Amino acid sequence: MIDLSINGLPVSVPEGTTILDAARFADIPIPTLCHHPKLTPYGGCRLCIVDVKGINRPVTSCTTPVTAGMEVTTTSPTIEKLRKTILELILSDHPNDCMVCEKAGDCTLQELAYFYGIRENRLDGERRVYAKKDDNPFIERNMEKCILCGKCVRICDEVQGVGAIDIAYRGFNAKVCPPFEKNLDCEFCGQCVSVCPTGALTGKAWGQRGRQKDIKEIETICPYCGCGCSITLHVRRNEVIRVSSREDTLNEGWLCPKGRFGYSFINNAARLKTPFIREEGKLKEATWDEALDFIADRLGKVKAKYGADSIAGLSSARCTNEENYLFQKFMRAAVGTNNVDHCARL
Amino acid sequence: MKTDIVVRVCMGTGGIAAGGAEVMEAFKKLLKSKGLKAKIEKNCTMHKVGCRGLCARDVLVDIVVNDSKTTYQFIKPAMVERIIDEHVINGKPVEEWTVPEDYYLFHSKQVKVVLSDCGSVDPEDIGSYLNVKGYDALKKVVTTMSPAETIGVIRQSGLRGRGGAGFPTGTKWEICSKETSEHKYIICNADEGDPGAFMDRSVIEGNPHAVIEGMIIGAYSIGADAGYVYIRAEYPLAVERLKNALKEARQHNFLGKGILGTKFNFDIKIKLGAGAFVCGEETALIASIEGQRGMPRAKPPFPVYKGLWGKPTVINNVETLANVPYIIRKGAGWYSSFGTEKSKGTKVFALTGKIRNSGLIEVPMGIPLREIIYDIGGGIENDKAFKAVQTGGPSGGCIPSHLLDIKVDFESLASVGSIVGSGGMVVLDEGDCMVNIAKFFLQFTQSESCGKCVPCRIGTKRLLEILERITSGKGREGDIELLEDLARDIKATSLCGLGQTAPNPILSTIRYFRDEYDAHITKKKCPAGVCRDLLSYVILAEICKGCGACKRVCPAGAISGEKKQPHTIDADICVRCGACFEACKFKAIGKG
Amino acid sequence: MTNSIPEIENNDVLFVIGSNTTETHPIIGLRMKKAVRKGAKIIVADPRKINLVRFSTVWMQHRPGTDVALLNGMMHVLLQEQMVDKGFVTEWTEGFDTFRKSLADYSPEKVEKITGVPKKDIVRAALLYGEAKRPAIYYTMGITQHAHGTQNVFAIANLALMTGNLGRESTGVNPLRGQNNVQGATDMGCIPNQYPGYQRVDLPSIRAKFETAWDAKLSDKPGLTATEMMNAAMEDKVKALYIMGENPVMSDPDTHHTVKALKNLEFLVVQDIFMTETAQLADVVLPSACFAEKDGTFTNTERRVQRVKKALNPPGKAREDSAIILELSRRMGYDMKYNLIEEVLREIGGLWPAVAGITYGRIEKWGLQWPCPTLDHPGTPYLFKGGFPRGKASFTPVRYEPSKELPDKEYPFILTTGRQLFQYHTGSMTRKVKELNIVAPEAYVEINPADAERLKIADGDTVRVTSRRGSIDLRALVSERPYEGLVFIPFHYREAAANILTNPQLDPVCKIPELKVCAVKIETGHGGQ
Repeated sequence: MIDLSINGLPVSVPEGTTILDAARFADIPIPTLCHHPKLTPYGGCRLCIVDVKGINRPVTSCTTPVTAGMEVTTTSPTIEKLRKTILELILSDHPNDCMVCEKAGDCTLQELAYFYGIRENRLDGERRVYAKKDDNPFIERNMEKCILCGKCVRICDEVQGVGAIDIAYRGFNAKVCPPFEKNLDCEFCGQCVSVCPTGALTGKAWGQRGRQKDIKEIETICPYCGCGCSITLHVRRNEVIRVSSREDTLNEGWLCPKGRFGYSFINNAARLKTPFIREEGKLKEATWDEALDFIADRLGKVKAKYGADSIAGLSSARCTNEENYLFQKFMRAAVGTNNVDHCARL
Repeated sequence: MKTDIVVRVCMGTGGIAAGGAEVMEAFKKLLKSKGLKAKIEKNCTMHKVGCRGLCARDVLVDIVVNDSKTTYQFIKPAMVERIIDEHVINGKPVEEWTVPEDYYLFHSKQVKVVLSDCGSVDPEDIGSYLNVKGYDALKKVVTTMSPAETIGVIRQSGLRGRGGAGFPTGTKWEICSKETSEHKYIICNADEGDPGAFMDRSVIEGNPHAVIEGMIIGAYSIGADAGYVYIRAEYPLAVERLKNALKEARQHNFLGKGILGTKFNFDIKIKLGAGAFVCGEETALIASIEGQRGMPRAKPPFPVYKGLWGKPTVINNVETLANVPYIIRKGAGWYSSFGTEKSKGTKVFALTGKIRNSGLIEVPMGIPLREIIYDIGGGIENDKAFKAVQTGGPSGGCIPSHLLDIKVDFESLASVGSIVGSGGMVVLDEGDCMVNIAKFFLQFTQSESCGKCVPCRIGTKRLLEILERITSGKGREGDIELLEDLARDIKATSLCGLGQTAPNPILSTIRYFRDEYDAHITKKKCPAGVCRDLLSYVILAEICKGCGACKRVCPAGAISGEKKQPHTIDADICVRCGACFEACKFKAIGKG
Repeated sequence: MTNSIPEIENNDVLFVIGSNTTETHPIIGLRMKKAVRKGAKIIVADPRKINLVRFSTVWMQHRPGTDVALLNGMMHVLLQEQMVDKGFVTEWTEGFDTFRKSLADYSPEKVEKITGVPKKDIVRAALLYGEAKRPAIYYTMGITQHAHGTQNVFAIANLALMTGNLGRESTGVNPLRGQNNVQGATDMGCIPNQYPGYQRVDLPSIRAKFETAWDAKLSDKPGLTATEMMNAAMEDKVKALYIMGENPVMSDPDTHHTVKALKNLEFLVVQDIFMTETAQLADVVLPSACFAEKDGTFTNTERRVQRVKKALNPPGKAREDSAIILELSRRMGYDMKYNLIEEVLREIGGLWPAVAGITYGRIEKWGLQWPCPTLDHPGTPYLFKGGFPRGKASFTPVRYEPSKELPDKEYPFILTTGRQLFQYHTGSMTRKVKELNIVAPEAYVEINPADAERLKIADGDTVRVTSRRGSIDLRALVSERPYEGLVFIPFHYREAAANILTNPQLDPVCKIPELKVCAVKIETGHGGQ
C-alpha cells in the first residue's frame, strides 16, 4: 500500500493506483472527460490536472501513478482557472445545441459547463463543420459534437478488438473516422455510443423519443444469448426507447448489437394482442375465456381418448425459470405426462 | 614526382540541390576524356563528401594536391573544364573562383566535434571513416570497458541531449542500465522537424557511421539488444546513406551477433517517419514505431522505464549520439573543456534567415550570440539592421538586438525566454514583422498538433486566430492580454512538449516587441510593412514622373493618371500586392 | 459452464472448439479477447475462419464432424509427451488404462488425414493446452449438434480429465448455452426424463417427493424429447401439442417433416409473442408477454440466476406465460395457487436444494450462481472444487465415427449451419427489428472463392442449395471463411430456412439432431436472379 495525502487528507491505496483513482477512492471529485475506468489512461482532455508538490507543472491525475509521500492538491484557484480555460476551449468548438440534443441531461460536457458557469465564451472562434455521412442504421454521428476524447477509439480497439475507427488528420482538423474515411467495418456493438461523453455518438433509433428526464430505467437481463448480460431498459410511456448497461455488471457495461439495438420487437405492432381460435381453417380472434376453455376441453378429450402420453408440451428457453417450472409442473401434474422438453438441443 | 590528387565534391542535400551531382559528373567525364585516366588513374580519386557547412556557397569543391587543399565555391559544370586544365593538370588554382577570406573566418570561430569529419570522409565508404579512427571508440568500449565505466565517461563529459531538452545523457543511460528487462531498446531520434533546421540530416548525410557508432556504444552501456533510427522519409539521401552504412557496419561485425568477438549482440533497424512533427516527441515516436498513430503518451512513466513495447528505452538525438565516439576516443576531459560550467561541449546550429553565411555551424557552448551572427554568419544580408534571432524553432523564442551579447548555452537562452532547442537559428532583420513571425510558427504548430489534447488542438487554433485578426487589422483591445493569458494556460496544461512550448514564439515576441503588437491593434499599422492588410500604398506626387510603369503592372487596375502627370492609387481597389512599389524606378511610391 | 464468465480473462490458454464465440456469445467473446490482451493464447478448432482466428495462436481448420479424431489426436500427443496429470487421474478418475489404449490409433499423422489439420498444428495445440496452468475449453453446438455429439462431449471431458484441468478457478470445461434461459429451462425440469434439479422421473423415491409436493399422481415413464415428439406426431402417437414460446418449424431439422408432423396433430396450441411460422399452424394461438413485461428469473450459461424485471405492460390482451398456465391448469382441474411469482422460486428451492439460498432480494443487483443451498451461501463460481459429486469421474473411450451423410458425387458439398451476429435463433425477435435487418437482411450461403469460381458463381448471385430433403434459393456470399468443399448457411431466415436441408439424424443418447453436417449440391440458374 502507498500512503499519500490528497488535499491534506491521508489516503492509502495499492501500488500502481493513479492519483485519480486514489482521489475517487477517497471520495474527492476530479472532473474528467476522456477517462474510462476500463480503458487505458489517455490524458487527452486535461481536465483532471492536479498539483503535486515538487512537480513544477500540473499533472494529469488519470495517468500519474501515486508514489509514497506524494502531496496532491486537486483544487486551487489556479487549477480551477486552467480547467475552466480547457472547458472554454472545448465549448468554443462545440455546437450550442443542448436545446435539441439527444444527450441533454445525460451529457458530461453539459454538466461541466453548468458547474463552471460557462455561457459567454471569450475564446469563440472557428468551429468544425462536417458533412453528414451516415449509412448505418444503428449509430448516429454528430461529429461537430465530438471532443476527441478518444474513448470510442480505445473501446473499439481495447475491448471490442475491432479497431474500426481511429483519429486521423492533425491539429484542429483531427477527427475520428474509419481508415482512410472509407466504409465503416463495424460490428455495431455500440460500445462507442455507450462511452461517448457528449452527443457525438447516439443511437439512431433514440432520436426524438425522449431524453433523460422522461425516462424510467429498469434493470433486467438481455433476452438473447446465454451470456446473461444485465441491461437497463429506458422506458417512456410504456415503450422501450433505448437500452444501456451499467458498468458494475457481469458484462461490465458492454453489449452486442442485438442486446443494445435489438429491442424494437417489444413494441412492434405485429405483437399478438389477443387469443385466436381456428374456425373453418382460419384463425379468428377470441376472448381469453373462450380460448382457455377450448384448450382445457380439447386437452381433456384427447387425454380421455388416447391417454396422457398422447399429449406433449414444448417449453421455452426464452421464458423465465418460474414459467418453465410451472409449465413442466402443469404437464406432469395437471396433464400427467413427462412429455415435456424445450429447444436446448437446437 | 608522384602526385596525389583528390577531388571532393559537396554532395549533401544542399550540394545536390545546387547541382553537385552534375558537377561531379562533369569532373568524371572530363578527367576521363582528357586522358587523365591513364596518366594519374591510381592517384586521382573522386570523393563524395557530406556537408561542410557553408551551404550558401554551394557547390563547393576541394582540389587536394599532395595534401594541399584549395576550395572553390559556386561551381557549375561549365567551370569544371577550366579547373581541370589549369589546376589539376597544370597545378595553378583558378584564383577567381576560390573561396574568399570570409570562408575561412566562417570556420575559424567554430569548434568541430560532431562535424569534424563531415566534409572530409566519404559517407558511403566505411573505409574512409575507419581511416580517421572510426569505430576505435567502439573497440575500446566493448573490449576494455564495462557498461558502467562507459556511462561514467559520458557523465563526466557533461554531454546533454542535443534534441532540445538538454537532459544529461549519462544520467539517462545510467537509469536505463539499472532497469532489468528481457529486452531494452535504444532509439536514435532523427525526426528533425523544426522549420529551417538541418543539423541531424547533415550529420547523417556527412558521417553516418559516427551516429551508428554512438548508438552501439549506447546500446552496450544500457544493455539494449535492438535499436531503431526513426528518421523522416523526407530525407531520402540520409536514409540511403544510413542504410548503406548499417550494411557496412554489419559486414565489419560492428553490428549483429557477437560484436567484435564479444558476447554483445545488437542490431539497428530504420523506421521511416511519415512527416509528422509531433513524432519528434519521444513518446509519440515510440507510438509510431509500434505502429500506432503518432500521438504522445503521458509521462510518467518515462521511456527509460517503460518505452518501446513497454520496455526500458533510451531515446537520443542524432547529434548527441554522434558526439559519443569522439568523447570516448578523446576523453571526457577533452570534451568538457569546451563550453560553460553547465553546458559542456559544442552545439551544431543551422544558421538561416537574413544572414549572409547561411549554413551549418558548430560552436562551443557559451559563445556570444554576436560572434555567431557577425563573425561566423558574416552579418545581415544586404546590410540591413539586425532585429532578432529566433532560436529553438516553433518551441523557442526570439532574442532581440539588445541581448546580442548573451552567451549561447542552455541556461542563458532559457533566462531570456528562448531555448537552445535542437539548433535552429533564424536571423530576422528590420523587414520582419514580429507578429507575423509568431503567426508563422503558430500556423506550423497548429497544423502539426496531433489533436490529442484540448489545449494544443483548440488552444493553438485560437491563438492563431487572434494573431490572424491582429495582422489583418481586426485586432481588438485586450487581445494582447488574451494571448498572454491563453498562452500561459496552454503551456501549463498541454500533454507534450509540442503544446507546452507552442505559445513560446508569441510570449517571447510580446515580451520584446509589444509595441509592434500595439501598432497592429490600435494604429492598424504594421511597422515592418509586412502585413498586407495593414499596408497602404500612395504615390508621392512630387516625385512621380508619370511614366506609367506602376499602372501597367497593377493587377487590380487601381492606378490611374495621365502620362507625364503624377498618378494616383485608389485605396479601395488596391489589393496591396506591392507590384507598383517594385516597379517604380523613382521610389515615388510610399508604403506604410 | 464449470467456470464463470469473469474467470475467462484469467485463462492462460483457451481452447475454443465448435464455437463461433464472438458472434454467438459476443460478450463472452470480449472476455476471451481480454484474456488475449492479458497474455493468454487461444487455440481455435473450427472448420470456418471465424473472427476469433484473428486472435488465436493456433487455428485447426478441421472438417466438420471430425472432432473426435482431432481431440483423440491431441490426447495421443499428450500421452506421448507424458503430459498426463497422474495425481489427478489416480485420485479423481477411473478407467484410465482402457482409455489410454483407445488412443493408440490416433497418431497425429493419421488424424491429419481424417481432419485435414496439419500434424504440426495438432502437436502444437496439444502442447499448448498440456503445458498451460489455467486452461479452459469452450464449446457450443459445433460439438453437440452431431449424430455423435455425445461422443464429442466425452472426448472433451477426457481431455480435461487426463490433464487434470477441471475443478479450479479459470480451469475447466465450458459449454456455452445459446439462448438466454436454456440453462434455466433445463434446470427447471423441462426435459422428459428429469424433474427440476436433474432429479430422475424413474426413481421412485424422487417421484414420491414430487408427488407429495405437488399433490398429484405422476408418471414414472420418461417422456419424449422435442424431436421425438415430432416423429411421434407423424406416427399418431402424440395427438396434442402445447408449445410455449418455441418455433420448431424454423429450429428443427428437416422443416418439411416438422410441418407435416404438426399438421398431423389433432390439436396444437401455440403461445407466443408473434404469429410465428409454427403459430400459423395452430388451433389456438395465445398472446403472451415478452421478457420486458414480466417478473422472474433467468439462469445464464454460467449457472447464474438473475432477476428479470417488469418494465412495461404487455400489449393488448396479452398475458404473462405464468398467468396463462395457472389459469389453464385451474380450468383443467389442477389449481396451482401463488400469490407472488417469487413463491414459485421458493417452491423450487424446497425441491431442489441447489437454489434454496436464492431469493429475489439477494439477486436484486447481481445474480447468484447455483449451487447456492443456503441464504448465506455466496454461490458457486466454479464446479468440482475438491471432487466430483459422483465420487470418481470416468474416462469414456471414444471412437471416431464419420458423420451420417458425407459428400458424394451428387451432393458434393458439406453444409454446416449456425448463427450470425445480427440475428438470433429463428428470428422471431430479431427479424422484427428494422435496424438489424438493414445490416443482415437476408439468408446467404458462404462459399469458398475456389468453389465459386469453379461453379461460376459471383458474390451476390442467387443459387439453389439442395439436399436429399429439400432445396432453398439464396444469395451466395463468396468468402474465405469456409474451406473448399464446405458451405455455411445461417438458420435465422424463414425465406430460405437452412433446416429444410439439414439431416434429422439424432444422437442416440441425447437426441440432438445432426445439424452441423449434411451433404448438399449447389446450382445456379434457378430464377430469383
